[in-house]
Amino acid sequence: MRTIPAQTIIDKVAEMCIAANRELPEDVLRTFKERQAAEENPAAKETFRQLLENAELSRETGLPLCQDCGLAVFFVEMGEDAHVEGMSLRQAINEGMVKGYKEGYLRKSSCDPFTRKNTGDNGPAIIHFDLVPGDKLKIWMMAKGGGSENMSRVMMFPPAAGWKGLREFIINRVAEAGPNPCPPILVGIGIGGNFELAAINSKKALLRDIDDKHPDADIAKLEEEVLASINKLNIGPMGLGGKTTCLGVKIMVAPCHLASLPLAVNVQCHSARHKEVVL
Amino acid sequence: MAEYTLTTPLTDADIEKLKSGDVVYITGTIYTGRDAAHKRLTDSLDKGEALPFDLKGALIYYVGPSPAPPGRPIGSAGPTTSYRMDTYAPRLHSLGLKGTIGKGKRSPEVKDAMAKYKAAYFGATGGAGALLSQAIKAAKVIAYEDLGPEAIRELTVEKFPLLVINDCHGGELYTTPNLEAALAG
Repeated sequence: MRTIPAQTIIDKVAEMCIAANRELPEDVLRTFKERQAAEENPAAKETFRQLLENAELSRETGLPLCQDCGLAVFFVEMGEDAHVEGMSLRQAINEGMVKGYKEGYLRKSSCDPFTRKNTGDNGPAIIHFDLVPGDKLKIWMMAKGGGSENMSRVMMFPPAAGWKGLREFIINRVAEAGPNPCPPILVGIGIGGNFELAAINSKKALLRDIDDKHPDADIAKLEEEVLASINKLNIGPMGLGGKTTCLGVKIMVAPCHLASLPLAVNVQCHSARHKEVVL
Repeated sequence: MAEYTLTTPLTDADIEKLKSGDVVYITGTIYTGRDAAHKRLTDSLDKGEALPFDLKGALIYYVGPSPAPPGRPIGSAGPTTSYRMDTYAPRLHSLGLKGTIGKGKRSPEVKDAMAKYKAAYFGATGGAGALLSQAIKAAKVIAYEDLGPEAIRELTVEKFPLLVINDCHGGELYTTPNLEAALAG
């Protein structure tokens, strides 16, 4: 049994929250540059220029990339041969998040759903735990903004809907969202599982790099096809038209009940902020 | 597409010359407000109370900034999605509000109100909060401090860069998605 001090987790999580909000992942920056070069629409080119300048400014000044520093979402893989000393893993992650959002001057966006009163510390963090073999602890942090999250949907299809039905729903959802979720977006798709697993998978799918190809060649092909279709919508960066409505489509598939065909579409804005750490 | 530098408060003449697609730099004072603040403004109007700022010629920026780090007037300050304020906007336009700043689509009711009362909807680049904050020279909370990021702030801006999305003549800059092409594959 390996022991991980809670304080190590608190410090790492705080660092991750601050870094995720100040540094866009390399794959996102690279894709911005590629798409900026590919665009012919001047408004689209200008939007990418501003996003690249914003990213540079954020790195230099420490100001968050976006004022919406998101709800802090964590995906955790805890090795069965590791244990946390000092407090529970959930408590350590939450304390680290609160520390990071405070010390990084990040916006606290968590509030009571009825009174709308701000909790004041961005808590509680939303954490998805997985137990895995081994003695490592792996934590992914995602800063998920409200504007794009509001454009996300779960839909329970009858099996007869098939891929055709799912594809239509995905494209319609992106079309309807239009300029609202800060395009160019990424689209995370959960297919199968049940109501809640589809939703979790649609978000987890967004942890993959933009360039990452799905290991299953058939699914990889669907991802490419849906991406190409969405980009024909001509919504473009910030809804001003152009070839780039979507930067990437990531699908995660799980077996489902024979009566069901769950689909979740998680919309991610262009500020696709996430970090990971292995302890 | 023209480029204008406008100083607040805005007049009918300022708004009438704007067309969707124009670039506008705003200098002067703008007020922040989002969901919870709009609800309170509306409640105040219902009760016949005075508002915390003069709506005449005013601009409201839909933003909930991140906290100001030491030595800066404000944190990151990009636009939030505007449709959530659609319920409240027509009434505010009828009372003199000349413009709103945000991102994303507006309802037909808001567009009608902008045509009727001579107002415009401006877009700022969503997610470019660090960049946009550079045009904000001063910020102070003037109402609803308890709302934290949602409190109403008075911002002093210099050449704050905007795009006219909806003008008062019915023009709109956002594209209509080509659903047919996308569904065809």
